[in-house]
Amino acid sequence: MPIDPRAAASRPTLRTTLGRAAAIACVFGGLGAGAWLDRAAPSAPVGADDTPVVLVERSATSGLLFEHRISPLDPLIDHVRDRILSVGAGVSAVDVDRDGWIDLYCTNSAFGAANALFVNRGDGTFEDRAATVGLADLNVVGDGLCMGSIWADYDGDGDEDAFVYRYGRTALMRQDASGRFEDVASAAGVERWLNSNAACWIDFDRDGWLDLLVTSYFREEHDLWNLTTSNVMHDSAEFSSNGGRNVLFRNRGDGTFEDVTEAALPDTRRWTMAAGAADFDEDGWIDLYLANDYGPEELWLNRPTADGAGRRFELAEAGLGHDSKSGMCVALGNLRNDGRLAIFVSNISAANYLFHGNSLRVNRMADAGRVLEGQAGRAVTDTGWSWGAAFGDLDNDGWQDLWVTNGFVSADPERDYWYRMSQLSGGTGGLLADAANWPAFDGASQSGFERSRVLHNNGGRRLVEIGAAAGVHEAHDGRAVILVDLENRGVLDAVVANQRGPLEYFRNETPGAAERGWIQFELRGRAPNTSAIGAAVSVTFGGGTQLQVVEGSSGFSAQSARRLHFGLGDEVPGAGGESIVTVHWPDGTRETFTNLEPRRLHRIEQGPGRPDSTDDSNAR
Amino acid sequence: MTPDAPPAPLPWWKQPKWLITVLITILLVSGQVGFGILRTLWVLPVAIGTAVAAEMLFSWLVRGRLGSIQSAYISGTSTVILIKADQLWPYLLCALIAVASKYALTYRGRHLWNPTNFAIAALLLVTGIPILSIQMGNSPWTVGLVWAVGLLIVTRAGVLHVTLSYLVAFTAFAAVRTGLTGVPFATELAPLTGAMYQFFAFFMITDPPTTVSSRRGRIGVVIAIAAVECVIRLLSDHTELRPLLAAPPIFALAIVGPIAKWIDLHRGAVRASATPPAMRAAPSA
Repeated sequence: MPIDPRAAASRPTLRTTLGRAAAIACVFGGLGAGAWLDRAAPSAPVGADDTPVVLVERSATSGLLFEHRISPLDPLIDHVRDRILSVGAGVSAVDVDRDGWIDLYCTNSAFGAANALFVNRGDGTFEDRAATVGLADLNVVGDGLCMGSIWADYDGDGDEDAFVYRYGRTALMRQDASGRFEDVASAAGVERWLNSNAACWIDFDRDGWLDLLVTSYFREEHDLWNLTTSNVMHDSAEFSSNGGRNVLFRNRGDGTFEDVTEAALPDTRRWTMAAGAADFDEDGWIDLYLANDYGPEELWLNRPTADGAGRRFELAEAGLGHDSKSGMCVALGNLRNDGRLAIFVSNISAANYLFHGNSLRVNRMADAGRVLEGQAGRAVTDTGWSWGAAFGDLDNDGWQDLWVTNGFVSADPERDYWYRMSQLSGGTGGLLADAANWPAFDGASQSGFERSRVLHNNGGRRLVEIGAAAGVHEAHDGRAVILVDLENRGVLDAVVANQRGPLEYFRNETPGAAERGWIQFELRGRAPNTSAIGAAVSVTFGGGTQLQVVEGSSGFSAQSARRLHFGLGDEVPGAGGESIVTVHWPDGTRETFTNLEPRRLHRIEQGPGRPDSTDDSNAR
Repeated sequence: MTPDAPPAPLPWWKQPKWLITVLITILLVSGQVGFGILRTLWVLPVAIGTAVAAEMLFSWLVRGRLGSIQSAYISGTSTVILIKADQLWPYLLCALIAVASKYALTYRGRHLWNPTNFAIAALLLVTGIPILSIQMGNSPWTVGLVWAVGLLIVTRAGVLHVTLSYLVAFTAFAAVRTGLTGVPFATELAPLTGAMYQFFAFFMITDPPTTVSSRRGRIGVVIAIAAVECVIRLLSDHTELRPLLAAPPIFALAIVGPIAKWIDLHRGAVRASATPPAMRAAPSA
């Protein structure tokens, strides 16, 4: 029989067979490899026996009982209430009565629901005195709902005052000599209807008086309970510019403020979620770093005005790129003990749907003119739908750790809003901006039940997730977090404010942490900025330099304690090692101290050049 | 020219593959310049390099000749546009699986899946990588521009009927879903207006090697794709279907496309075997 040449040609050769087999192996091997890589833990798992930090949730026994709630909205937008009112659980640390024990102020977001001022009794328990001092009833129909607070001595009279930002009317709560608070926003000229998620005290013109930045999320013309339109949402999921206008109030020094927004702020309409302030370019003037929802992060540098008579903020090309993010917080720290600020901005990551990824950048503005994003690793970039974050050395090993809160809406676990969201988020032509187009949440969850991440800093090399091993188990919808030494033990505890959930107090019970090296500073600036907001302290020890900033706001809906805590590790300065402490005061002056005694709180007053470290109020 | 002469080949600028190459490059460059869609530029050499290397290797092994760099470029570029991941391995694996699938999953010597469609659908099922992200923004100007260029190119490529049929079918099924679920029609229609969806309507469903041979068949297939997509979207309350719900059109094409192609190839083979040898030889006679 003759051989068909075409059949012979199509007969598989060994090479062809091998080629097909290799292709099949690549397809299925590739999928297997993908599944394995995807499920691989972002960092080596840490067991309960190996955890460097031990945390125990003690809100109930400490008297920190607080439940955050929300209220219905205007019927035009109430079907997406879970999204619009997905914020408001704020917490700030402040020594409100200046007794040496740090107190807590928590905001609620339901009409009639009280805010809480937990005054620290000094014995590990707290007492809510908000109603007594006039700080409880700030969720009032007609005034809006509270979103958070920032504290400072804005009038230079030596006591702590509070600015409360709301989806609604702003409130400036001035403390009088009797310890009671009164809303003086109208008289002070800072009363506005702003749908604000953040504010920040900042002496931007360096006149010694603290000025006030108030960010705005939804546009200021919208009263979310009395709407004439449902067209209130962002017009783009990625590059939105129809948000509210951020406002800057300049403190005149006579108890009043003037609105200098037009002259001093860039004319942008980003949906700002958080702002952090520090002298990023080290020119002696405080700058601003903004986390924007539906847009890129922004660095606003403090520059002289054209006539040289004043100051204004200018948007900097700082290498932040054009990549859109869902920026939720601005947390400042120093991860590598290199004297450079780390900037952490939380974002959204949701399997299959969205990866924005948290940003962890290093400030190199002074020497490189850029803010550089490092290779942080998946443990840092992918923590879920993340909100507030805070740096702090939880085990006093000399390296700052990072706490990240997570979770958007935890409702019915069987129903997911992500698909509905994805329908609209790619749409164009203003579809997104009109809440009428948004499907009702109707009890669904979206990125819910996500636990906080506690990322331990392994010697400045990498961050490793230890939350579950350390004792953080509950998956509430975390919003604000502060790391603060609530019991004056020389260790940082953690307080987490959860949206529509309880306040959590994680007492730091890490064995031996307090016995390691640590040092704390409480700065008192020259009047009127007695709060020393904007000051920075660098501590050189053990071959590294750690930099921290006294912040006028921190993370998201939070303000960490202005008392700065440095873990020093086992190489304790003053006991063989040396330490150099440099204070960069907000007015541009510096003071340097050497070999301050470790394991103490040092109160440093600007000017004398000598710290007062005789601190009897602290039970060491 | 005699009536029996084979048709003259199209000039290169009219060939569908070149047109697709141009459009996909426009999408990539404009997306990066305008919106910074690439998390890092390293994804380009990783994805495109992997695709080209795999294409060369598998083509030489299976066909005895080096493959088309252009085809690999399209697969690699599609990968970097459609995926947005923090690490590089999803780009590498997607490009590798896409090209390998052309040689692994074949029927009568033809691949059944659009390579990138298969790779992304398969990876979505086994991993949590996000795709079809929204990084091109929501500006109507961007959308209008890409639509205009895309429509021009599919018209020149002779597959306008495929894209238009899909658009009409999607719109009709969006109305059906609105009737069934009460979700606003604008919401159901919204995905179609997004820039990233255009990638699907212009490239994936019109990919010449994986579409069926007849015009009527192609129209029927894209209507079937829209129907399956509609069913997936109606199952939105089933959280266990999360990967499918993250990319309904991708999975609809991955389900319908190979079935249609298999039937088309099978029927072609049956017709060929039923045709007398003399007639089969006629065209080349």
